[in-house]
Amino acid sequence: MSETETVIDLEHLKKSFGKSEILTDINLKINRGETVVTLGKSGTGKSVTLKCIVGLIKPDSGKVKVLGKNIPDLSYEELQYMRKKIGFVFQSGALYDSMSVRQNLEFPLMRNTDLSAGDINKKVEEVLNDVGLSKAIDKMPAELSGGMRKRIGVARTIIMNPEVMLWDEPTTGLDPETTRDISHLIVRMQRKYKVTSIVVTHDMICAKIVSDKIVVLKDGAYSEPGTYDELENSKDEFVRSFFEEVENDENAELTNYQPSSIDKKKYRN
Amino acid sequence: MLKDILPTSVQNMLLETWGLWNFALRFFREVFKPPYNLNELTKQFFQIGNKSLGLVGITGFIIGFVLALQAIPTLQPFGATSLIPSMIGLSIILEIGPVISGLICAGKIGSSIGAELGSMKVTEQIDAMEVSACNPFNYLVISRVIATTFMIPLLIIYADTIALLGGFIALNFVSDVSIGLYFRSVFEAISISTLIAPVVKTFFFGFTIGLVGCYKGYNADKGTESVGIAANTSVVISSLMVIIWDMLAVQISNLF
Repeated sequence: MSETETVIDLEHLKKSFGKSEILTDINLKINRGETVVTLGKSGTGKSVTLKCIVGLIKPDSGKVKVLGKNIPDLSYEELQYMRKKIGFVFQSGALYDSMSVRQNLEFPLMRNTDLSAGDINKKVEEVLNDVGLSKAIDKMPAELSGGMRKRIGVARTIIMNPEVMLWDEPTTGLDPETTRDISHLIVRMQRKYKVTSIVVTHDMICAKIVSDKIVVLKDGAYSEPGTYDELENSKDEFVRSFFEEVENDENAELTNYQPSSIDKKKYRN
Repeated sequence: MLKDILPTSVQNMLLETWGLWNFALRFFREVFKPPYNLNELTKQFFQIGNKSLGLVGITGFIIGFVLALQAIPTLQPFGATSLIPSMIGLSIILEIGPVISGLICAGKIGSSIGAELGSMKVTEQIDAMEVSACNPFNYLVISRVIATTFMIPLLIIYADTIALLGGFIALNFVSDVSIGLYFRSVFEAISISTLIAPVVKTFFFGFTIGLVGCYKGYNADKGTESVGIAANTSVVISSLMVIIWDMLAVQISNLF
């Protein structure tokens, strides 16, 4: 297999909901092993693109080729077969509430493989170890924190050894430290399992840590792909605006901003 | 165009009926396809059956008891007390037992399935099953619909039995009829052929309650509000369907 094999190929992808055109002309090629981060404002169709790739939403027109197959053309059985090669990490983790962590992880293996109970158990322990949550094996999802739920969501996805990983806002709603943890977890998973990934995020810390390339979604189309450093100095003001927010945040951190000091000023005035 | 002529409410009702019809067709297409989820099926049999025993039993008892209490002052002045067991038996087994228990099950089981699948849909758990190649229709819908189809008839038979016992206890306040004589009178009034329609219709009740609950939950929109809507409309539609099936069963059984 060549290093430059295109794994995901989106061509002129369009999707509307009623009168609202969400995706107008999405074009993107991702090679094997690459990680592409998608940036964009809320409601611009970043998650819709991921759902088109995994076949949860059918595009109005255009091609969505994954591993050489055009997803909208596949029958339900062919799509199910393809989905075994695609991992999707949901924003909320989407753990099955009525099952324990162990059962959540066993579920896709029991349904899709002929592994013995012993092998399944070994795989469950291995992926839990990968995400650093071996002790949570018998807990119920309701007993886990937001960050832990996301990690278990990741474990449930990687347990099937997918070739493609789609991450839908993996760090949203998490504190900066957990955000860094999850971002480093994404990088570790990519290195260990050699997957091709698309990461949808608003979070520039996450984007900086995980991306090989970044694209920005605006008016239903992607900007030219570039590295973090390239896009940080882009001529397009909209693209640069995402990076300026980070600079402002970093400056705020450098000046040792503390809410209490602001409050004191306010009271003095 | 029909779209321009029909009011929106009628269009929505037609769309809903079409959606439910397609959902039922998908059920029949997939019901015999592997994998077979025996663990989930057993769990659903337990959830639907065992957890409804109390409510259905108490309701059944009260129905039988009240029916007898109301029949006694009406029939006793004519010296027709001996006809009360057969009257209670016919009313309960042919009509009141199945319909009232069916409506109770539509409320308890239909709403619970609608809310459970609705919340799974809203929290993307159904999508998560779909993208991990674990056909959620096969796992969630088929097990629940099979469980309601076979469990609700059993619950109705149980409710009928308790209702007949309730009738016996009420009757015992005014006469000294023995339990043996009471049940003999009940079953003398009922032939096997008269039992076919009331038994068969309970399978339709069960199928409809499960199917509607699953359909509404499975197709819940995004947002927590839609979980409540799914539970509520499951009860409304399946209760209505229970009454419609009952009417059809009576019409069809009258033909033979």
